[in-house]
Amino acid sequence: MDQFIQYLFAGLTMGVIYALTAVGFNLIYNATGVVNFAQGELVMLGAMFLYTLQEVFHLPPFISLPTVFFLGALVGVFFELGVVKPLLRLGIITVIIGTIGASVVLKGAAMLVWGKDALAVRALLSEKPLSFLGANINTQVLVVLAVTSIVVLLLWYFVGYTMVGRAIRACSINTIAAQLSGIPVELMITISFCLSGGFSALAGGLIAPITLAEYDMGTMLALKGFCAAIIGGLGNNTGALVGGLLLGVMEGMSAGYLSSAYKDALAFLILILVLFWRPEGLITRGTGERV
Amino acid sequence: MKRDYLLLTFATVVVLLLPFVLPGDYFVEVFLFMGINVLVALGLSMLMGYAGQISLGHAGFCGLGAYISGALTAQAHWPVLPAAISALIATALIAAIVGWPTLRLKGHYLAMATLGMGIILYVLFDQFKPLTGGASGLSGIQSLHLGDFYLDTPKRYYYLVWILVIMSFWVCINLVRSRTGLALRALHSSEVAASTLGVNVALCKLKVFVFSCVLTALGGILYAHYITFISPETFSFMYSIKLVVMIVLGGMYSLWGALLGGAFLSLLPELLHKLEDMEVIIHGLILLLTLIFLPRGLVGLFQSIGDRIRGGS
Repeated sequence: MDQFIQYLFAGLTMGVIYALTAVGFNLIYNATGVVNFAQGELVMLGAMFLYTLQEVFHLPPFISLPTVFFLGALVGVFFELGVVKPLLRLGIITVIIGTIGASVVLKGAAMLVWGKDALAVRALLSEKPLSFLGANINTQVLVVLAVTSIVVLLLWYFVGYTMVGRAIRACSINTIAAQLSGIPVELMITISFCLSGGFSALAGGLIAPITLAEYDMGTMLALKGFCAAIIGGLGNNTGALVGGLLLGVMEGMSAGYLSSAYKDALAFLILILVLFWRPEGLITRGTGERV
Repeated sequence: MKRDYLLLTFATVVVLLLPFVLPGDYFVEVFLFMGINVLVALGLSMLMGYAGQISLGHAGFCGLGAYISGALTAQAHWPVLPAAISALIATALIAAIVGWPTLRLKGHYLAMATLGMGIILYVLFDQFKPLTGGASGLSGIQSLHLGDFYLDTPKRYYYLVWILVIMSFWVCINLVRSRTGLALRALHSSEVAASTLGVNVALCKLKVFVFSCVLTALGGILYAHYITFISPETFSFMYSIKLVVMIVLGGMYSLWGALLGGAFLSLLPELLHKLEDMEVIIHGLILLLTLIFLPRGLVGLFQSIGDRIRGGS
């Protein structure tokens, strides 16, 4: 039983991170119809930022975490203006390759700045694990769950109940109609990238104390975040949360009870199976395909 | 088309004479690996350039060829030639089986699915220790020989590789001209239009995917039997990216792009060998800058220079 709790919490923690990454994917997908293959690199940068802020500048978590969010948001904006905007009109394959190019540049840059070795980051609260129903739980797990809940509630409020949030939703439903009703579409796209960058960086910062910060952690996280987004239906944020938690728990259980060697392959197997059977997601109703 | 054959003849002459000009075995080896890269890139180019189907997992198929052929000779002690041919057939079968459902996906979904496929193959190479040797690699692969004639010097192997490259180009040029090739280009422009005109879109895509994977696997097999040692790292996601960089830089919409891009990226480390750690970032920058400033790649650049010269005279 205590083992089960241990695996469950480990799975939930990773699941929350996948969910945040998936939300990052969704924000950009809804605004531009683009799947950003550099999303994982934004998460990786978040982890690196937290390492620098906490281990080099010794800032407390209530300053370092918001700063990580802010820096990530900044990277998101540069990313949109520098890479996505110039390529958007050149067709989907070009944008995909472009975001891949950007991800490789970010990865290479991170390797030059922070080096090739994995960097250890201290847990934000305390190093001593908590005891819960006989299982030892890293305090960082609680931080991850708490911060994510707050952030998700804020996002839900922002997208659903503020003027800007509604405008962003309008753009994703029908860009031309939104433009005709006076919404500055380009600004909304930039805001979406800004938020997406912030969320992804925050996810990276939160996970860094558990997984270490490493320059090539991005690809895996991006793929699993995308997997979570696909399970929930691309563009659907509630779906992303469910998908992320589902994927995280499945992965945690299979790593615990079966074998951790094939843990990474499991996510892609799920990804590919979902893509084949229900590309519109497991928990959404199917929609027609656009030609 | 006439120009393609002319270029091919020219390339053949250059390839045959090159070893006599090169200063030593080291450079022959550089050009040998260039040939292997070009072969793999040509495979991807047929898929991406002509059929418009993206693949981010081609390194996996390259590795599949290398590992099957390598394991058959190292673990089961098969002679090389049957092992290589079996590896090609096996790769074709596997490509057909996984390609059938995958190629129904489009755009982002296809890109992610192929990326996932590449990673699953990588995990298999890395974890399936009894057959692949795991992370420490598979050693003891036999080197290639025809009877008693061993192709173990760089020069001999160089000729083998480049003869196969030239032959593959010849096949591809003809394939592009054939009915299948025209159908492929039609489906690149619009799958719906192509299917209403009677093109069997699914079958067409599957054919080109299998062909592309076989060419890529051939590259992997040639690599395995020259080095006689392979490890999963060679066939990681970064190699898939490097292949994409090659064909984007060379020019996605022309077969010759694979040659130019493959040649350039194979020579790049030689020019910049002190900048090992910079290689990743340089690849990314090449990719981005090419997309933004040179969307038709080096081939497009040469074409427009050629047009200008002709226009000026």
